Amino acid sequence: MMRRFLLISVPYFWLLILFLVPFVIVLKISLSDTALSIPPYTPTFDWSDMGAFFRALDFENFLFLTEDDLYWKAYLSSLKIAVISTFFTLLIGYPIAYGMARAPEEWRPTLMMLVILPFWTSFLIRVYAWMGILSSEGFLNQFLLWTGIISEPLTILNTNTAVYIGIVYTYLPFMILPIYSALDRMDGSLIEAAEDLGCSRLLAFWLVTVPLSRNGIIAGSFLVFIPALGEFVIPSLLGGSGTLMIGKVLWEEFFSNRDWPVASAVAVVLLLILVIPIVLFQRNQQKQAEAEQ
Amino acid sequence: MKTYTLTLTAALALGGAAAIAEEVRVYNWSDYIDEELLTKFEEETGIDLIYDVFDSNEVLETKMLAGGSGYDVVVPSGTFLQRQIVAGAFQKLDPAQLPNLANMWDVVEKRTEQYDPENAYSINYMWGTTGIGVNVGKVTELLGEDAPIDSLDLVFKPENMEKLAQCGVHFLDAPAEMIPMALKFLGEDPDSQDPDVIARAEEVFVPVRPYIQKFHSSEYINALANGDICVAVGWSGDILQARDRAAEADNGVEIAYHAAKEGAQMWFDQMAIPVDAPNPKAAHVFLNFIMDAQNMAAASNYVYYANGNKASQEFLVEDVIGDTAIYPDQETLDNLFTTRPYPAKVQRTVTRLWTKIKSGT
Repeated sequence: MMRRFLLISVPYFWLLILFLVPFVIVLKISLSDTALSIPPYTPTFDWSDMGAFFRALDFENFLFLTEDDLYWKAYLSSLKIAVISTFFTLLIGYPIAYGMARAPEEWRPTLMMLVILPFWTSFLIRVYAWMGILSSEGFLNQFLLWTGIISEPLTILNTNTAVYIGIVYTYLPFMILPIYSALDRMDGSLIEAAEDLGCSRLLAFWLVTVPLSRNGIIAGSFLVFIPALGEFVIPSLLGGSGTLMIGKVLWEEFFSNRDWPVASAVAVVLLLILVIPIVLFQRNQQKQAEAEQ
Repeated sequence: MKTYTLTLTAALALGGAAAIAEEVRVYNWSDYIDEELLTKFEEETGIDLIYDVFDSNEVLETKMLAGGSGYDVVVPSGTFLQRQIVAGAFQKLDPAQLPNLANMWDVVEKRTEQYDPENAYSINYMWGTTGIGVNVGKVTELLGEDAPIDSLDLVFKPENMEKLAQCGVHFLDAPAEMIPMALKFLGEDPDSQDPDVIARAEEVFVPVRPYIQKFHSSEYINALANGDICVAVGWSGDILQARDRAAEADNGVEIAYHAAKEGAQMWFDQMAIPVDAPNPKAAHVFLNFIMDAQNMAAASNYVYYANGNKASQEFLVEDVIGDTAIYPDQETLDNLFTTRPYPAKVQRTVTRLWTKIKSGT
C-alpha cells in the first residue's frame, strides 16, 4: 500500500516542484504592485502578517492587459507565427522521418545521429549562424546572385520570414523524432496488404501510414508549437522591429518598464493559452497509452 | 560548544575564501575600456578580474533590482543610477579606500551631483553626448555638399531620410535618449515629464520610421566602420571608435560625429558598488585603480570618451583632449542638456510609445 502510494506520488511531486511552485510565485508577483525597491514589487512575502499580505494582492494588472491592444495583438501574432512554423516543420520533418524509417536497418542509427548532431552546438551560435546566412551580404544572397536567380539582394534578415526559418530550423528535430518513432514501429506488411487490396501506393500512404503515425504527428506538433509560441531569442536575433511576439513584449515589460507584476500577468495569460494545447496533448498521450495496453 | 562550532565553521569558510584567489566582478558597457588595463589591474593588484559587458541600462537595472547580481562594480548612467540609489541598490563609497578621488574633476562632479548628491555612491567613469554619426562620403553623395550633418534635420526630416535609406540608417534602441532628442527637434523641453508632450515625439518618428533600418544600441559601431550603414544616431565615443576603426582598416570610409546644433543630450556613466557586492573591498581597489590619472587617460585614449578625471587630462592624446566632439568647447557645452529619470507611470508611457514607434502597434 505504502509502496503504491509512493509510486503514484512521484509524478505529482514532480509537477509540484517543476510546475506548481514556479507558477504560484509568478502568479503572486502578477497580483502585486510595482515599487522602487529590491525586489521591485510589493508586497513581499511576510509570514508574520499574512492578512495584510493577501489584502495587498489584486487583479489590476490583468485588467491593464485588456486596456491596451498591444497585448492581444502580440498573443495573436505569436499564435500565428507558432501555427505557421509548426505547419512548415511538419511539412519538412515528415518526409525526413519517413525516409529514415524506410532506410535500411543498418543506416538508421547513423541517420538518427545526424538529426541529433546539431544539438552538440549551442542553440545561440546556430541562430547567430543564420544571421550570417540570411544577411544582405550573406551566403544565401551571394549564392542566389551568383546563380543569377536574383539581381538585387533579398532582404530576409530582420523580417518575419527569417523568424520562420529560424524556428523551423531549430525545432525540426523535435518534429522528426516522434514521427520517426511512430513510423519505425509500423508493420510494413500493412502496406503490402493495402496494396494487395487494390490501393495505389499514394492511397496506401494516405489511408494506412498517415493514420498510424498520427500520434507521432501530434506529439511532434506540440513539441514545436509550445516553445515556438513563447519564443524570444529567435525573433529578437532574426526578426525585425516589426516582429511582434509575446516573448518580446514580456521582455519589454520586465526590462524597459521594470514592471515585474505586469510582466508576470503577461506570463500567466500565456500559460493559460498554452494549457489548452497541453491538456489536449496529455489526453492524446493517455489515449495512446490505453490503446497500447 | 555550539558557538564554538559555528565560529570554527565561519573561520573555515573565510579561510577557504581567502585560499581561493581574491576576485572582483565588473559589469561595464561593451567596447568601453582598453583591455590592456584589465591585465594591468590583475598584475598590479593580484586580484582576479572577471569582466562582463552589457549594452543597455535596462538590462543592468533589472539585475540590480532583482538583487544578488554577484557583481562588485557596475556602470549605470546618471538617470538610472539615481533611481537605483533610491531603490537601495548601492552602498556608499568609502573615501578612505579611494585616495585617487583627489584626481576627479569638479566640473563633472558638479553635474553628476544632480543624480548622486555629494557623489556619495558613485564616481564618474566617462561622459559624452548623444548625436549623429555620418559616413561623410556617402551622405554628401546622396544629399549634396551642404547636407545638414550637424543638425537633427538630417535624421528627422523625411525628405532627407528617404534618400539616406538607400545606404542605411540606425537609431539607438534607447527611448530615454531618442525621445528627448525628438522633443528637442520639435522645440519642446527635452526633459519634459508630461505624457502629452512626450506623446508628441510620435509625430517625429512616424514619417521617418520606414527609412530606419534598425534600432540597436551597439551594432552601429561596426556597421558604420564597415560602410554597411551611412548614418547612425548614437553615442559620441562609439561613433568616434567607428571613425577610428575605419581609418585603421583604410577602407575609404570617413566617419564624422556631431552633437546636434539644436542641442544634444549629455550623459554620465557612473561606477558604483552594489549593496550586496560579494567583495566591496576589491571593488574599492578597482575604482581606485580606474581613478589613477594614467589608467583613466589610457581608457579615454582608447575609447574616445571624455572622463571625469582632471588629473588624467595631461596624459590624454591630442586626438582626444583636442577634439571638441569629445571635450566640447564652451559654446557646445552651453548647448547640451541633461534629463531626469522618468517616474514609473511616465516610464510606461515612454516604453509603450517606443514599442509603437518601433513596431507600429
